Amino acid sequence: MRIPCPFCGPRGNDEFTYLGDAIVQRPDPAAPEAMQAFHDYVYLRENPSGLHQELWFHGSGCRSWLVVTRNTRTHEISEVKFAGRRGEA
Amino acid sequence: MSTHRLANGGLIDRAQPLSFSFDGQAYAGFAGDTLASALIANGVNLIGRSFKYHRPRGILTAGSEEPNALVELRTGARREPNTRATTAELYDGLVAASQNRWPSLQYDIGAVNDWLARFLPAGFYYKTFMWPAKFWEAVYEPLIRHAAGLGRAAGAEDPDHYEKAFAHCDVLVIGAGPAGLMAALAAGRAGARVILADEDFRLGGRLLADRYEIDGKRGLDWVAQAETELASLPDVRVMRRTAVTSVFDHGQYTAVERVNDHVSVPPEHEPRQRLWKIVAKRAVLAAGAHERMVAFGNNDRPGVMLASAARAYVNRYAATPGRRIAVFTNNDDGWRTAADAHAAGIEIAAVIDSRAEPPGEFRALGIKAITGAHVSHVHGRLGVDAIDVVENRRAIKVECDALAVSGGWNPAVHLTCHLGGKPVWTEEIAAFTPGTLPPGMHVAGAANGALTLAECLTGGMAAGAMAAVECGYPMASISLPRASDEPAAIAPLWHVKESRAKAFVDFQNDVTVKDIALADREGFSAVEHLKRYTTLGMATDQGKIANVSGLAILAEFSGRNIPEVGTTTYRPPYVPVSFGVMAGHHRGRDFRPIRLTPSHQWAEEQGAVLSARWREGLARNGQP
Amino acid sequence: MKYSVFSLLGQALRGHTGWTPAWRKAEPKAEYDVVIVGGGGHGLATAYYLAKEHGVTNVAVLEKGYIGSGNAGRNTTIIRSNYLLPGNEAFYELSMKLWEGLEQDFNYNAMVSQRGVLNLYHSDAQRDAYARRGNAMRLHGVDAELLDRATVRRMVPYLDFENARFPIHGGLLQRRGGTARHDAVVWGYARGADMRGVDIIEKCEVTGIDIRDGRVTGLDTTRGAIRAKRIGMAVAGNTSRVAALAGLRLPIESHVLQAFVSEGIKPAIDNVVTFGAGHFYISQSDKGGLVFGGDIDGYNSYAWRGNMPVIEDVMEAGMALWPGLGRIRMLRQWGGLMDMSMDGSPIIDSTSIDGLYLNCGWCYGGFKATPASGWCFAHLIARDEPHGVAAAMRLDRTVTGALIDEKGAGAQPNLH
Repeated sequence: MRIPCPFCGPRGNDEFTYLGDAIVQRPDPAAPEAMQAFHDYVYLRENPSGLHQELWFHGSGCRSWLVVTRNTRTHEISEVKFAGRRGEA
Repeated sequence: MSTHRLANGGLIDRAQPLSFSFDGQAYAGFAGDTLASALIANGVNLIGRSFKYHRPRGILTAGSEEPNALVELRTGARREPNTRATTAELYDGLVAASQNRWPSLQYDIGAVNDWLARFLPAGFYYKTFMWPAKFWEAVYEPLIRHAAGLGRAAGAEDPDHYEKAFAHCDVLVIGAGPAGLMAALAAGRAGARVILADEDFRLGGRLLADRYEIDGKRGLDWVAQAETELASLPDVRVMRRTAVTSVFDHGQYTAVERVNDHVSVPPEHEPRQRLWKIVAKRAVLAAGAHERMVAFGNNDRPGVMLASAARAYVNRYAATPGRRIAVFTNNDDGWRTAADAHAAGIEIAAVIDSRAEPPGEFRALGIKAITGAHVSHVHGRLGVDAIDVVENRRAIKVECDALAVSGGWNPAVHLTCHLGGKPVWTEEIAAFTPGTLPPGMHVAGAANGALTLAECLTGGMAAGAMAAVECGYPMASISLPRASDEPAAIAPLWHVKESRAKAFVDFQNDVTVKDIALADREGFSAVEHLKRYTTLGMATDQGKIANVSGLAILAEFSGRNIPEVGTTTYRPPYVPVSFGVMAGHHRGRDFRPIRLTPSHQWAEEQGAVLSARWREGLARNGQP
Repeated sequence: MKYSVFSLLGQALRGHTGWTPAWRKAEPKAEYDVVIVGGGGHGLATAYYLAKEHGVTNVAVLEKGYIGSGNAGRNTTIIRSNYLLPGNEAFYELSMKLWEGLEQDFNYNAMVSQRGVLNLYHSDAQRDAYARRGNAMRLHGVDAELLDRATVRRMVPYLDFENARFPIHGGLLQRRGGTARHDAVVWGYARGADMRGVDIIEKCEVTGIDIRDGRVTGLDTTRGAIRAKRIGMAVAGNTSRVAALAGLRLPIESHVLQAFVSEGIKPAIDNVVTFGAGHFYISQSDKGGLVFGGDIDGYNSYAWRGNMPVIEDVMEAGMALWPGLGRIRMLRQWGGLMDMSMDGSPIIDSTSIDGLYLNCGWCYGGFKATPASGWCFAHLIARDEPHGVAAAMRLDRTVTGALIDEKGAGAQPNLH
């Protein structure tokens, strides 16, 4: 599998470390129901068969964190962007 | 004495004689021979014993799809089990031995399984060996394990080196037959970076085995011309002895180059094999097609061979499988074998064509034709003595010493399926052709179901040109050579109902037509269940010849059509790949890097005792 | 029809024309007491034990493809009960005991072969970890032996003891561990369940789960609607998809695990050997092929295939372990669909929906669990309470904190 890193170009997936689901958001610890929210953030996953937004770390390259949109059925990658702060592009 | 070597012809180099041995017997061959062709030239028919029934077996094919002729090549630490004699290039001093037989190939005690066959149908082991309970592990299983497997592991460390390498290109052309050569020319002329890979040691594909003409001259001359041009294009890399085995995501391909398998010992500092990890923007799959057998009584006897293989041996290797050859075919292409053998001066006993009318172009040859007929039985055990031909319920005996069979052609769709695609049934050629393709892959030639030479040339050119354009190069202008374009008509025939003796579908695993019937009877009617229950398609050839015939017969027995039954999954690798080449230099002490701490040197100088993995230093006296 | 050497001989004389189907191709009824979704090893074992142990026979197993088409059809066949943590070990040992009597129990030769599972260790720390595991096993009454280097060398002399990057220091051996023929396990359970009245319905995909007032009432399928009082899901890597039909979100990620087989060779490896300096395990099947594998690729996938980095890792580890492998060829590789859980351990539990039961989270270790998984899931469905040995395999252990984390890797599925 090759991941098109925005800095480095398409590189083999062995240059990267996979974290997982990029959709889950770390909850606000001060909010009500924070315990439940934290549990779900840590443990529950959509795990879709199809488009999946996921975090990859380019450890053997530019060491950027990337949000990759990849189809888990075909492995086709449709989008790669730098992981930034929440809400930023 | 090479009793079956033709006096003239062939692409062998008669100025380079070679000596080799098989099962301790010395023989002679030539440079350009494979082990199989040299054995055939020496009149050696009996090459091995089948897995379950230990039936005597000979050479069935002329390529990597070979199910029967598996040998142990070399001795000592370099001994390699299950080597296909059909793809082992002959070299001086080659030593090979047959497998899976004791005490000898001629008199194998395992043949008792053949007599006990009625008690050993597909899946028999699931229904028994359960009592007494302790006997499974103490008695039955050790016996089964001892009988199982084919060749033996070397039992010593592999002394050869292996390498891994990367390559990048615009267009990877897989297969250098007419379609592949045209694709490489088209893409190369457009200026693309091309890699052209073929598992054979010569380029040309079927043009090496058949007597085609292109632009009015010998197909071989056209190949030589193409080769010269490709060598002159600086961005084209031609890789011989290189099988592209696997397709992975995002344009990644794996190939194995047999750098030094054709010499006794690799030269110093050279690897035996090299693994190529290729990244290609586009690929053209021009892998050709595999001929298939028909299942009939004793169709596995030594001397029964695929028709295209028989003429490959005659045309390319000047070796004839027999002196009086019969041909059994359900399609036009099988006739070519009769024509070529006839042209080489070999007697043709008859062409048995299952169809009512033989193709017109072969009528003028004066070869005896028995039409609307089937071969139902082969007489002989260690070779072919005669065959039974059934015509209108009349059976006649035809004497011959070799039988060439053509049941049609299966496009080599394998690589199109590695990313999950499934092939589609194509009625016109009674075969499966590529379905959904991996992104970036084109298919051309026989692999695409195009079974005439003209279609191969056209398709190859179009695919190569298109691939180059998709990589951003201009459309190449390339004139199309003239070649034969007569359609290859076929009437599907999977098995001969009049057979009484065992009719084999999967040769290596001894799966017969009756086994398929049994599987269906017991409810193993999903194609994957058929495979797992009978082991059809699970041998070292992965069913390249057997799978389609097997599922077609299952379709007939279970009252479905062939597309309903479908195929099993085509998985990588296309041909088996050695552990050595996949490991490359990552072995022994170089398995993983050794990492030393900055204080390592100092610690060693202090005489520290170092623990194995982290090479931590302890000061003297064991104090940290 | 009982299978035995006598029936084989009898049928042989009749040209094998009298064998009957191993299981009926049942038409779905309108309603069942229990519907099991998933016709793999676990689902079929569950149906078998529901019928045999609990007398619950009005059962259907729904399988979207052909039975055993998932991981039961393509695993590396290892069976063992050498787990570390109390929440796991008793369960896997129950499974081991069930393996030991299985063939006679369901009258099918599943070729259970207790040829020994040898876990190699390559450092003092690893030895200590295996000693701890071995002791944990023995505390559960399970066989475990810690072998020194000399003993391991006598047992498996062909491995690299001279030139290894990570020299073998010894091994943990479970003699009762070994292999079983995976397809036969599926067919044996199917035949046994079918004989006891279970309907096995293939080519039947569940497309919806009907819930009314917090309780299941039935399912929608590609072969029509089926009412059911209880539904058990045993669909491995497809768990999230089926659970989503009931509105459930689970602590599961689906990953690909690759596995491999070599060409058949004469007997070379007697045991199951696992490498300690890399994730690699190898054994030899009764047909002669070496069966081996390694780690998961590490990224979510429903594609049933993986990529080169893992393949190279596996083949390199094989060569590192046994340098004589160089000229043996890998014949075929495949990839499956693993339901990786958050602590690497499975879930056999009821859900927040009455009558809906969950069996998942097997990661890449589901095959050895097949008998106990079926046994415990049947118990749970029949009695609506967990079986003792599976008591820790709760869905809510992520909430209670009672995780069963053998590797100690934390809430990261691809690290287990």
